[in-house]
Amino acid sequence: MIKISSLAHVYDKGRRLKFPNWEIADMEQWLLLGASGCGKSTLLNIISGLLKPTEGEVLINGTDLYTLPARKLDRFRGRHVGIIFQRPHLIRSLDVLDNLELAAVMAGLPVDHERNLSLLAGLGIAGLAKNYPDELSQGQLQRISVARALVNKPDLLIADEPTSSLDDENANQVIRMLTTQTKDNGAALIIATHDQRVREHIAKTYLL
Amino acid sequence: MNTFKISSKNLVRNKLTTILNIILVAFGVGILSILLLAANQIGNTLEKNARGIDLVVGAKGSPLQLILSSIYHIDYPTGNIPAKDAYKLAHHPMVKRAVPLALGDNYNGYRIVGTDTSFTKLYSLSILKGNFWQKDLEVTIGSTVASESKLKIGDSFFGAHGLTGNGDIHKQHAYTVKGILKPQGNITDNLILTNIGSVYKMHEEKPEHSAHHAPLAEAKEINDKQITALLIQYKSPMSVILFPRMVNQSANMQAASPAMESARLFSLIGVGIDTLQWFAVFIMAIAALSIFISLYNAMKERKYDLALMRCLGASKSKLFFLVLLEGIMVTLIGACLGLLIGHAALEAIGSYQESSQAKLTGLTMVPQEIYLIWTGLLIGALASIIPAMQIYKVDIATTLTKDR
Ligand SMILES: Nc1ncnc2c1ncn2[C@@H]1O[C@H](COP(=O)(O)OP(=O)(O)OP(=O)(O)O)[C@@H](O)[C@H]1O
Ligand SMILES: [Mg+2]
Repeated sequence: MIKISSLAHVYDKGRRLKFPNWEIADMEQWLLLGASGCGKSTLLNIISGLLKPTEGEVLINGTDLYTLPARKLDRFRGRHVGIIFQRPHLIRSLDVLDNLELAAVMAGLPVDHERNLSLLAGLGIAGLAKNYPDELSQGQLQRISVARALVNKPDLLIADEPTSSLDDENANQVIRMLTTQTKDNGAALIIATHDQRVREHIAKTYLL
Repeated sequence: MNTFKISSKNLVRNKLTTILNIILVAFGVGILSILLLAANQIGNTLEKNARGIDLVVGAKGSPLQLILSSIYHIDYPTGNIPAKDAYKLAHHPMVKRAVPLALGDNYNGYRIVGTDTSFTKLYSLSILKGNFWQKDLEVTIGSTVASESKLKIGDSFFGAHGLTGNGDIHKQHAYTVKGILKPQGNITDNLILTNIGSVYKMHEEKPEHSAHHAPLAEAKEINDKQITALLIQYKSPMSVILFPRMVNQSANMQAASPAMESARLFSLIGVGIDTLQWFAVFIMAIAALSIFISLYNAMKERKYDLALMRCLGASKSKLFFLVLLEGIMVTLIGACLGLLIGHAALEAIGSYQESSQAKLTGLTMVPQEIYLIWTGLLIGALASIIPAMQIYKVDIATTLTKDR
């Protein structure tokens, strides 16, 4: 489903970051491991269509991501890729349910209210639907990020250190939910991390 | 959930800033709408009441005062002119219609106008109830007079000397109401019409008042038969130059053109209007600046939201309009509120106004108010365009990887 080949990126004043070729099949779950500063976040940004690499190509279902015009790329990302960041970013002026709806609206898809509620229920946070982000804990917010990433039934879920700001219990829960929910939704999953707690859950690794 | 909801939720989240900006816009638009409405209504009143009157002949003095007193019934008359001179002018070949006016008395502030049937023709008056006045001391009253003073047909009342107040009442003769006019939408609604003879009669013999009321002057006034003014309609527009000159050559009369004097009056008021206008424009500019600054500052925090929305699949142009929409919403709400304030304020001013002749009201609209709303929209768009441009600079990847 995803194929990266001869990919490399050079930041303005940085050294050259080279990425080994990588192929991810449908519904596969991968860990992206590597020392701090070796380019994990950079690679994830490239795969999710946020950062144009200096060299090489990213193929998702056969489309070369960076040959798409900007508007199409935005739309493609919104519909096919779900992203979860190290720190949960939610719109503070909108409540949890609206934040989920936002994902559909921004991707130009119809809002599926039932699905949003069942996603929240699946993550054990159905009771928070009407709360605002400022009223929630980090763990809760991160679970909402997971729900939001799944709203548009993406083919690929990308998580960049999703557990590093969480305690053991929350980290375990979030990881478990990530893996089960991605499976249930038929998506592939990449988690970048150097968190030992994550390794127990996922077998395939890609080392940088 | 749509762009509109996202924008409005964000505005609600920053309540104080939003309210401040709305108030600024509302004040600017409010002042402008008051000016617009007032100028429009005053202009209308001036024009409506002067319709068909080419020239006013009266005693020498301020021409503006002559116009104000004999057409708009606002100021005091400049004095009186001999009836026989007026008669001569009225029958001049250049004159199509001449309406004599004898002013000087009032009833509860409503002016009593001594005139003849040419007056009813000039203003195309028609009767709602009763008849036009025929004999001395019979009056026909305007619709506003009827509704506000509660005078009915058959009622009688005493006129008072002077144009306002009822200090000096002519107790020896009572007027009788013979008819009520249909509402005309002009000054005649506020007048009490009678014949000239009645006005003379009032001033014939005044045994108890003569002591403190310039007996000599008044006696003379009656003996020589004077009137206050003559409203003149020309036969042809050619007379505009010749006729006034002829009148002005006479020793005790002057001619004043309503068109010219209204224009002069407007240019006098105009200075004040201009100042206020600039003040309103200034406030609007401050509003624009304030909206600009608040949106621009908010971009620092909103950068994360916007990067996130990009990440979720929104295009740059969509987010550009999202920010633009916020500015426009503020100014649109402000502009509508401003119009409401403007109308309410003018209605309030109108209700405190004493002269019923030139009453202002907030209950009418003028088409130009649409431009005020457009201006509001334009200002909103202008103020938010630079902050909205920031969208094109946000680097999603770095913004979202970094912590807040
Ligand atoms: N926006 C940027 N501009 C310039 N250099 C950058 C930028 N982002 C990252 N780098 C550099 O690129 C390299 C890779 O950074 P990246 O964030 O991808 O590492 P990482 O593996 O995610 O590290 P960590 O585990 O600490 O998150 C680092 O040396 C970093 O200094
Ligand atoms: Mg990183």
